[in-house]
This record gives sequence, C-alpha cells and structure tokens, in this order.
Amino acid sequence: MQIDHGKCVACGNCIPICPMGAIYIDPAVNRATVNLDECVECFTCYRGMSKEYLNPTLVRTIRGFLKYLRIRFDPEPDVCPTDALTPQELTWPRIVRQAFSDPLVPHESTGIHGRGTEEVKTNDVTGRVNEGEAGFTIEFGRPGVGVRFRDIQKMTMALAPLPITFEKKNPVFSLMADSATGTIREDLLNEKVLSAIVELKTKLEHVPQVLRVVEEVSQDLETIVSIGVATRCDGQGDNALEPLLKREGYEFYRGKTNLGLGRRPAAVPA
Amino acid sequence: MTNTLHRSGPPESFRDDFIVFIRNSKGRNDVGSIPKLKEFLRTALRHRPVTISQYRFGSTVRPAEHLNPRIHWTRPVQDLTPEQIIEAITKDHTVAAIFDTPEAMASFLREVKAADWGLSVNVAGLTAPVHACAKRAGIVRHSVEYSLGFQGALDRLPERPVLELSTMCGHSMVSPNLARKMLEWVREGRRTPEQAAAYLGRFCSCGIFNPARAVRLLEAAQRGNR
Amino acid sequence: MTNTLHRFGSRDSLRDDYIIFAMAARGINDQGAPPKLQTFLRLALKHHPINVGNAVKGGIFRASKALTPLAHWRRREFIAPEEVVESIDTCTTVSAVFDDPANLEAFLTELRGADLGISINIAALTDEARTCCQRAGITRHSVEYSLGFHGDLNRLPDRHVLELSTMCGHGMVAHNLAKKMLDWVKEGRRDPRQAATYLAKFCTCGIYNTTRAIRVLEEARVGK
Repeated sequence: MQIDHGKCVACGNCIPICPMGAIYIDPAVNRATVNLDECVECFTCYRGMSKEYLNPTLVRTIRGFLKYLRIRFDPEPDVCPTDALTPQELTWPRIVRQAFSDPLVPHESTGIHGRGTEEVKTNDVTGRVNEGEAGFTIEFGRPGVGVRFRDIQKMTMALAPLPITFEKKNPVFSLMADSATGTIREDLLNEKVLSAIVELKTKLEHVPQVLRVVEEVSQDLETIVSIGVATRCDGQGDNALEPLLKREGYEFYRGKTNLGLGRRPAAVPA
Repeated sequence: MTNTLHRSGPPESFRDDFIVFIRNSKGRNDVGSIPKLKEFLRTALRHRPVTISQYRFGSTVRPAEHLNPRIHWTRPVQDLTPEQIIEAITKDHTVAAIFDTPEAMASFLREVKAADWGLSVNVAGLTAPVHACAKRAGIVRHSVEYSLGFQGALDRLPERPVLELSTMCGHSMVSPNLARKMLEWVREGRRTPEQAAAYLGRFCSCGIFNPARAVRLLEAAQRGNR
Repeated sequence: MTNTLHRFGSRDSLRDDYIIFAMAARGINDQGAPPKLQTFLRLALKHHPINVGNAVKGGIFRASKALTPLAHWRRREFIAPEEVVESIDTCTTVSAVFDDPANLEAFLTELRGADLGISINIAALTDEARTCCQRAGITRHSVEYSLGFHGDLNRLPDRHVLELSTMCGHGMVAHNLAKKMLDWVKEGRRDPRQAATYLAKFCTCGIYNTTRAIRVLEEARVGK
C-alpha cells in the first residue's frame, strides 16, 4: 500500500487503523507514509476507511491554522478525507503478502482460498479428523503482530520429523520447498504476512509431543503463535482430547463446536 | 472463518459471545445452498441476535465509499438493516448470527436442527455452554476445536482490554491501535461506547465483531477497569 | 531505588542505559552524607550524563509550577543540573544516567579516586557494568539480577510501551501516557525528543533515560 503525498493532509487517521502499525507521519515531508517492509498488504486501510473527497490544499490550510492554535479537530476516526490511500501493483514475491493477509482475496499465488482450509468446520461432511485423531491449526502472526516466513519455517522444520501429516490443501504447504523437511521457498523467507496457518493431523497419542515442540519453538520466534486443536466427538458428544489436554496442563474454555448437521449428498462420492 | 477461534479474554468475558455460522463444503454440498443461507439468517432474526453477517460482505456496520462531510456530526450507528444483508447474499459464503445469551442461541439451534439444511453449522464460544445448549436442542456435537491460546513473543501483544476488542476480528482487521484509541476516546468522553463499537465493527470485513460485547468492554473501560 | 532493576527490554534495547546511583546506609554512614552526594553528582556532570536526579526532589526533567499560556509554543525542557545538585539537603539517593559506557567508565575512575565512602550501584546490563568496573579498577561487591515479569502477563501492554514506562520503576510514567506519546510521534504531533521529555518529567527520581526513549520512539514510529 502507498499513500499519495499529493492528496495526504497528514490528519493521521490511518495510523491507528493499520494492524501492523506500519503507517506514520514522515517528519521530512509531513505526510503519512507506509513502511513497506512492515506493510503486509492487508488492505485494511484502503478498504476499511470510509472516504471523503475533500480538497487537500483547503484541508491542509485549515488543519495548519488549527494546529498553530493548538486546537485539535475531533473527526470521525475511520475516514480518509482525501482518498489518499493508493494500492500498488503487487508482483511475486510481494503478492504473497496480500494473499495471506487480505481475507477478501483468494490465494492466487497458491491457488487456494483463505489462509487455511475448511478445517473442522465441515468435518461432519469431509470426515477430515476422526475419533482418535487430532487436527492442529497452528497460526502465526496474529493478533496484530505479523510473521515472516523464516519464522514459520522454524516451526515447520521442527514439526516435519514428528509423526504428523501436513494438510496438503493448506496455503503454507503449497509454499514448501520440501514438505519432508518442512523447508519453505527461499525467495519467500523474508516476506511478512498478517497471519498464516500450518495445518496438520496426528494420532491423539502424539498430541503431547506436538504441543511440546510447538511450545519450544515458539520461545524462539519474533511472533505470536495461536494453537487450535480439534477432534471428532463420540456418540454422546464427548471426546478423548479434552482430558488429554487437561493432563498436559492446558487451560481452555473456548472453541468451535461443529454440530454435525452437515450432510454429503448421495450423488457426491466420498 | 478460523477468525472466530482465538478471541482473547477470561471465561467471564465470553458470557455474551456466541457465534453461530453455517457453511457448505466445496464440491460436496455447495450446490443450491444460497437460499439455505438466507433462510438461516431469517430464522436467526426471530431469536434476536445482536447482529448477523455475511463473510466477505460484513454486518450492519460497513465502510462507506462516498461520505458527505456532514457525517462527522450526523453519522448513524447502523449503516444497513439486517434484511439488506440477507438480500446481498449472492454467493455461497459463510453467514453468521451472533447471540449474546445462551438461551437465545439454544432456541435458535432448535429451529436450525428442525430445518435440516444439510450444511455444516458451527458455534464459536465457550465450549461447555455451547455443548449444553446443543444438548437442549437435541443435537449431539460432531467435532470440537479448542483454542489453546497464544504462545511466542507475548511481549509484542497489547494489554488485555485492547486484545479483547481487537481479536473479535480474527483476521486482525481491527487494529489493536484502533481498539486502544477507542478505549481512550470512550474514557475521555469523546464518543459513546456504542459509537466506538460501530467504528471498530466497520473494519471486520466478515461482520462477526460482536457489538454487544464490545459495548460492555468499552463501558468497563469507561469506569476505569483495566 | 529498586525502581531501576526491572527496566523492560531485550539486551539490545538496554545497550545505552546505565544508571549509577549513590546512597548512604541509614544509621551507619549517613551522617554528613549530603555533601558527598553533591560531590558525586558534580563529578558525574563532568562526564556528560543525560540525566541526574535527587530521589526526593526530582531530576533535570520536572513539572513546572507556574506556566504561562505561551508554554504551548515555547517551553523550557529541563532545569540546570546544578539546581539538582544544590537541592540535596538531606540524606537521599542521587543518580546519574549515562548512554555511553565510556563516559560511565571515566566517571567510575574518578569516583574511585574520590573515595566518598558511600554505596555506589550501577543498574544496567550486568556484564557491561562489570566490565566498566574492571576497567576503572573496581571489583564489584554484590549483584542483584532481574528475572523479569511473571503472573497475569496479559495485563501488560506491548513491548514498546513497557520499554518506555518501566524506565520509571516507581510506575510514575503511565502506560497510557507512554502509548499516547508513541501515537503522537507516529502522527507527527511531536518529535521523539519532545515526547521523551514529557515522559521524563513524570519520573520523580530523575532516572529516566531520554536517549533510550528517543530511540524506542523512533523505532516504533516506523513500525519496527
């Protein structure tokens, strides 16, 4: 994302909007500026801010006068008064940033929609995770921190030797140079994204081992790791994962519950 | 829509936060699902959700492309009616209804079960009350995914009140800095909690930001609770 | 003065943060201490400290008691260091903050020669402090390590805020003010030096490191 300095009036409204904190007023030019190295092309500023189309010169004059008097205008906080936010043309590898960061664009670079797959949300239709199995969603970068692929690679390389199966439809998987070792394409390692999810499946008995590795590697990362773990429930709606996680010392109380109301039409083969 | 999984806060912080969403599975049961999605939301409206939403469209609060400068003084807290959201469903994206009481959610689930749309229905919320509500509605849950919270460079996270607000958009479209700014504005009396919640909600492009919970959290901050 | 122990930040973030303070032991060697404390500060001032403070009267950055409205456009940022020295009239703790270990080392060398007979401590990266001492011919007597924060950590703000606010260990620099200054710098309302000065005024012991604060504010401005 870029900001048109011909239009920008340095009102600063876009600064807190940026989930990465990558926008600032550059004192050299007194205009809002995007630190492109930190920007993840999530388009939150461009899409989320409402727009006016005021005359920049007029707004700057009024703002300058009020600022001199130490008077602060109290406008709507989610408005760009001059439509100054300007998307730039994205090419490889930078386009990967948008693919992982903007939830409204499909993963054109990877050919897959969304940051992850349908996960457990359609487990009643897909049967992806069964009883006795655990499906992990290991997410990097959120809330509000972002992640570079070199940090994700540290985790995938540590996980690869374990008795797990990476989800092949997952966007991160499609960027791996070698899924057996967990390495990611060299040209992407410095690219930063808002968030990315690594999905894998394992047997319930291996859950503690996976959790330990995730915890250990997380200590060495410059980002946040959010862990989700799912399983299939039995005929009473209970599951063996819950007591296992408690034994491992995890505190958990919130999650996603699939009610089992989805069906695969008879015409669609399994 | 894993964006509903990792909302941050202690258990009591989620007492008014239950997101019920419905979706198809690509290539399996996605044919002819749009009328079902609309019916899902119309059914939800009978049970007083705090908001309804369509993935990639949003909820009743949305950014505007052409504002008149007068809106700095006269902006409504709600930009669209629920019916406008339902009418806008033209693709088979996930749709959601957010409830602030387990009772309302349970009564909705009873109707959802009876409707038998054959699509996957999930509830994101405290797993124990969701399990209990599902049972009351005669539903045995199929699968469950637990959020085990955050690890890593935790010193890069903001403080709890900010996180509670910003993680209500799991896609991170609600910036922590904006959440903090709204907390400050409410504390300073610049805006009401309802107005601040609307500003935040406009950035959640899936519309699953819970305005009722946001207002409660902002009111708590107004009273100086950290 | 444990307020210097738990400054938050990585090793790299603390590279320009050296607080040296002098205090007498109550009932043991506190008789006649004020002149020695004044000597400590006067010696320190020869080696370019960025802040000096008297724990009960404040540092060079302090609130003004009688501002005119013109202060919104023109304001004195700090008082003369000699005023801090002159304000020492009781047995208190006095401190000097350095942003360069070479300056600290030179000060230590002179301090050793002065032989004031009161306790001198350095709050900084412990190995760096030890090296400075060794070069000045001093063998450290005791050491206290900070083991960081534990407990309900999700009540803490993010690292930039903590780096700024914990430079007053008494908690006088509010997280919210630190965050406000981070925002003001980002929005171009104030430059990092002005923002660091506002923050330092709330540190009543005068141990706030404005050099480090400016660096943190500059890094945060561009989203690092």
